[in-house]
Amino acid sequence: MSLKKVHGEQPKEFKFSSENLKKAEEILKKYPEKNKKSAVMPFLYLAQRQNNNWIPLAAMKYIANFLSMPYISVYEVASFYSMYNLAPVGKHFIQVCTTTPCLIRGADKIVKLCKEKISPKENELSKAGNCSWMEVECLGACVSAPMIQINDDYYEDLDEKSTKDILDSLIKDKPLKPGSYRGRANTSPEKKQTINGENHA
Amino acid sequence: MLKKEDKIFKNLYNEFGWEIENSIKRDDWKDTKNIISKGRDWIISEIKLSELRGRGGAGFSTGLKWSFAPKEVGSRPHYLVINADESEPGTCKDRDILRFEPQKLIEGCLIAGFAVNAHVCYIYIRGEYFNEGKRLQEAIDQAYEKGFLGKNACSSGWDFDIHIHYGAGAYICGEETALLESIEGNKGQPRLKPPFPALVGLYGCPTIVNNVETIAVVPTILRRGGKWFASIGKPKNTGTKIFCISGNVNSPCNVEEEMGIPLKELIEKHAGGVIGGWDNLQAVIPGGSSMPLLSKKICDTITMDFDALIENKSGLGTAGVVVINKNQDIISCMARIARFYKHESCGQCTPCREGAGWMWRILDRVEKRKATFNDIELLSDVTKQIEGHTICAFGEGSAWPVQGLLRHFRKEIESRCREEPLIKKKTNNPYLVDQHLLENKNA
Repeated sequence: MSLKKVHGEQPKEFKFSSENLKKAEEILKKYPEKNKKSAVMPFLYLAQRQNNNWIPLAAMKYIANFLSMPYISVYEVASFYSMYNLAPVGKHFIQVCTTTPCLIRGADKIVKLCKEKISPKENELSKAGNCSWMEVECLGACVSAPMIQINDDYYEDLDEKSTKDILDSLIKDKPLKPGSYRGRANTSPEKKQTINGENHA
Repeated sequence: MLKKEDKIFKNLYNEFGWEIENSIKRDDWKDTKNIISKGRDWIISEIKLSELRGRGGAGFSTGLKWSFAPKEVGSRPHYLVINADESEPGTCKDRDILRFEPQKLIEGCLIAGFAVNAHVCYIYIRGEYFNEGKRLQEAIDQAYEKGFLGKNACSSGWDFDIHIHYGAGAYICGEETALLESIEGNKGQPRLKPPFPALVGLYGCPTIVNNVETIAVVPTILRRGGKWFASIGKPKNTGTKIFCISGNVNSPCNVEEEMGIPLKELIEKHAGGVIGGWDNLQAVIPGGSSMPLLSKKICDTITMDFDALIENKSGLGTAGVVVINKNQDIISCMARIARFYKHESCGQCTPCREGAGWMWRILDRVEKRKATFNDIELLSDVTKQIEGHTICAFGEGSAWPVQGLLRHFRKEIESRCREEPLIKKKTNNPYLVDQHLLENKNA
């Protein structure tokens, strides 16, 4: 359970775009008719994607009406799950995994770089206004540690140099490709080499 | 060591392509109609014969679980739910199955769905695995095109549909009843058991919840026979398992091996050994962060299976092996795990909600050398107050790693503690545990 702050400036109205309305109808078909409340999580994702990666309160009210459920239940769901952003985030939203398997492979160095290059504090927009970062719990790519997630994509097998390159590319608005930055094939074992003077895979 | 022909997940690293044409070449969807025509009882008895135990952490017999579903469908439909909410630190096996062996999972869903009388299956994927979910959806669409899903799936006479439901970053939704709550559109807070989901589950209907890896091995077991699967590994701990080896090893990787492989062999053969050599090993977390760590002495001889690890007061869990060498500060590693549990507690039961934070704060103090000797007893006491006093197993999951640390590294903790508390005033306030916070203005 994480504490989340609702953004101070809220738009007054929210409506699904016509494209998202079609998607919403498709989503509703997945669940039994009397249980359409199940669609609240996918709907919140739709709203988040439509609204620059954050969910305004108006969207929660809209979804509550759409699914005929109490507004507070939608609010409850949106504030319980950590992936729903209730305040604006950068266009490039960087999530740094810092749980133990990443930590012991050097996630703290990545955090330090984020503080230097993007913003001294988490969840703050960078100077150019297009990036923000936060520490998150295990992202489930432990054998590719340390790793970060930028929007939907995983950047794996990082070290200081590759992280710098990636962050610079984001600041310039030309993001590098996701995937492994040691050039290995997915999660297969690799041969030993030396990086930064240390033995690494 | 596992023979090449006995490997179930041949495309674990995507060397041969994940698309349905390629997976059919690897014998997926072979004889599926034939298997289903042999009937429910045969499928369940064959799975029981294979002694397959759930791969999600608890290690419950899969055949037994399926047999709990009501034999006849009553007024309520049955559901099959696949748990792909893989969030346990140290574990990333399901991700590779979703990305590279999706057809194994889909075929397993059809067979398992038939075995438990379910026409609808929900796959609950963690929200961060957005790309993996997209890939799985493509694979499902390909299976629909081939007629393997939908009405009269695979010409078996059984109608079967699969839907994906994304989670949104809550670790607790890996607990089966919390997962069901989440699909129903609520906060993911676990339910009291009994009634168990097999009788009252999703939307109040009989529901079988299984892990991705468990379901993905089912088709191969049925094709090659339960006896074949039971012949691999050790008695009661049979078959193959994907191990995720991360942390201070030379080449971290996912690898499929037989159950009961010695830990040392696993690390040295597949992961290139510990960084700095085997003697530089400090501790190993054998099964994801919820399982207590093992000291080097135990690691020398331990085998990786459910029962051997339980004997050593740990567990196989999800088989996420996190190797920690002597260059790491073991206290800060465990304090970080305690912080993880503090962050992820759903807040429903008081012992877990409050205790998880307590454990983290005490360990944080130990790490910073600000703790007193009394804190060690307090820490041990808090773990025992959490364990067994919560609705779900999250309480144990957060308390056990700390107990493991106390068991194996007590001397290390003691060396960082001091006699005198930092604040000498009001030391007798038993309820004021966080006295060190008094110094902060934010307290």
